[in-house]
Amino acid sequence: MTPLLSVRDIAKFYGQRIGCTDVSFDLYPGEVMGVVGESGSGKSTLLNCLAGHLPPDTGEVFFDTREAGLRDTLTMSEPERRMLSRTDWAFVHQHARDGLRMGVSAGGNVGERLMAVGARHYGDIRAAAVDWLGRVEITEDRVDDRPTAFSGGMQQRLQLARNLVTGPRLVFMDEPTGGLDVSVQARLLDLLRGLVREMGLSAIIVTHDLAVVRLLADRLMVMKDGRVVETGLTDQVLDDPQHGYTQLLVSSVLQV
Amino acid sequence: MTDQAYNFAYLDEQTKRMIRRAILKGLAVPGYQVPFASREMPMPYGWGTGGVQVTSATLVPEDRLKVIDQGADDTTNAVSIRKFFEKTAQVETTEETTQATVIQTRHRIPEEPLSEDQILVYQVPIPEPLRFLEPRETETRKMHALEEYGLMHVKLYEDVAQHGTIATSYAYPVKVEGRYVMDPSPIPKFDNPKMTMDAIQLFGAGREQRIYALPPHTEVVSLDFEDHPFDPSKAEHPCHICGAEDAYLDEVIVDDDGTRMFVCSDTDYCRSRVEAAEGKE
Repeated sequence: MTPLLSVRDIAKFYGQRIGCTDVSFDLYPGEVMGVVGESGSGKSTLLNCLAGHLPPDTGEVFFDTREAGLRDTLTMSEPERRMLSRTDWAFVHQHARDGLRMGVSAGGNVGERLMAVGARHYGDIRAAAVDWLGRVEITEDRVDDRPTAFSGGMQQRLQLARNLVTGPRLVFMDEPTGGLDVSVQARLLDLLRGLVREMGLSAIIVTHDLAVVRLLADRLMVMKDGRVVETGLTDQVLDDPQHGYTQLLVSSVLQV
Repeated sequence: MTDQAYNFAYLDEQTKRMIRRAILKGLAVPGYQVPFASREMPMPYGWGTGGVQVTSATLVPEDRLKVIDQGADDTTNAVSIRKFFEKTAQVETTEETTQATVIQTRHRIPEEPLSEDQILVYQVPIPEPLRFLEPRETETRKMHALEEYGLMHVKLYEDVAQHGTIATSYAYPVKVEGRYVMDPSPIPKFDNPKMTMDAIQLFGAGREQRIYALPPHTEVVSLDFEDHPFDPSKAEHPCHICGAEDAYLDEVIVDDDGTRMFVCSDTDYCRSRVEAAEGKE
């Protein structure tokens, strides 16, 4: 089976400091991988390198494109990479404001990706927008409201709809539940889990919240100081942590 | 200082050369915004400094210049720019569209179709059609380079979602030769279909330091949706003075009771129609 994403020896340095280094893994279709670690451990740097937002200093990122099979996205031309990032890829930001156009209505936000790939029929675009808002539990009467009028949880759900409307195959998520209160977080996770299963999405989820990866991720990668210290099945890593840092991380979770 | 103290058409020769280079590049890549070193002009930004610089670089002593502002030859902006070139270039000026070789315009295209030996110069306030959607210049340049114009349709989508129809009525975005999306300057969308024409069209934005151009017969298409096609609308009236049905109209309030009158915005077109009608009688 060909992996959907194959990452080899990614390294990114900020001057003398390590952003992340020696990261290699394969992600298979339908698989959800969690990346956990404390603040500053290089999780977000890694995610941005993979998604093409940051150029890594060394390494290769192969993506299984629809047309030409496995291709290194780092040596791809920029138009091709940007095309990928609005069709087959999706990026969910921690802060919905980074991923949304705050001055454009919810419907326009969802429709943007469709229009970016050539949709030119208003009725169809709007129908798709309403359909997707429904799937993320935003009612149809909010379609013409701006995201500024939405709560934090709704903004995050809107961001999901906006990203998933073109049927991507790989979703990058950077702390998708960060900054939301626990009940809203629970609903968002429930929704995410449903969508991932239903659409057969592959995803890479960066978070510091172990409960989130326990629910969503099949596999787990633990990072510390820019390096991967432990990988394995989620349950295995969380229930029987081997590396000292993972043990610390798991035992640091507050029990209610 | 005597008038002779000015170089021909105010700008020095090196500056005109620099502007001509930008114009030629603009003509070679229709719709592409060419950066140029815009000069300080003896008028405030927003009064047509871009158009004046382009006109200055385009004029030769044999030219006959016409300047219009919102279609009219007799408004402040038009009169002062015309006087400016009368004084600094000593070129002939005219109000008749058909007699002019260079026409500088603000916000209108003359009703009379232009011919191949004429040049139309537009004054442009904001040349970037994507500016209000994407404030970063680095990003909009990249979007032009990579032909990523989905965002332009987001604006039209918002129009339809809010007003039920594409409410943009001026500065209506166009696609040039299937490549660059271009701001046609704030002309009414009624004028958009006229942009595929026989004359050369040059666009100058002084404050924003951009020049762009359309060679004759360039294909210019107004953006729209399949189910909300482009509609070059105008007020549903004939001209009160000349009775023209096909001209773009200004709405004029004539008294304190709010009585309204619709008249041609192109004053030369209106006047010539009235004269022709009087000649027949």
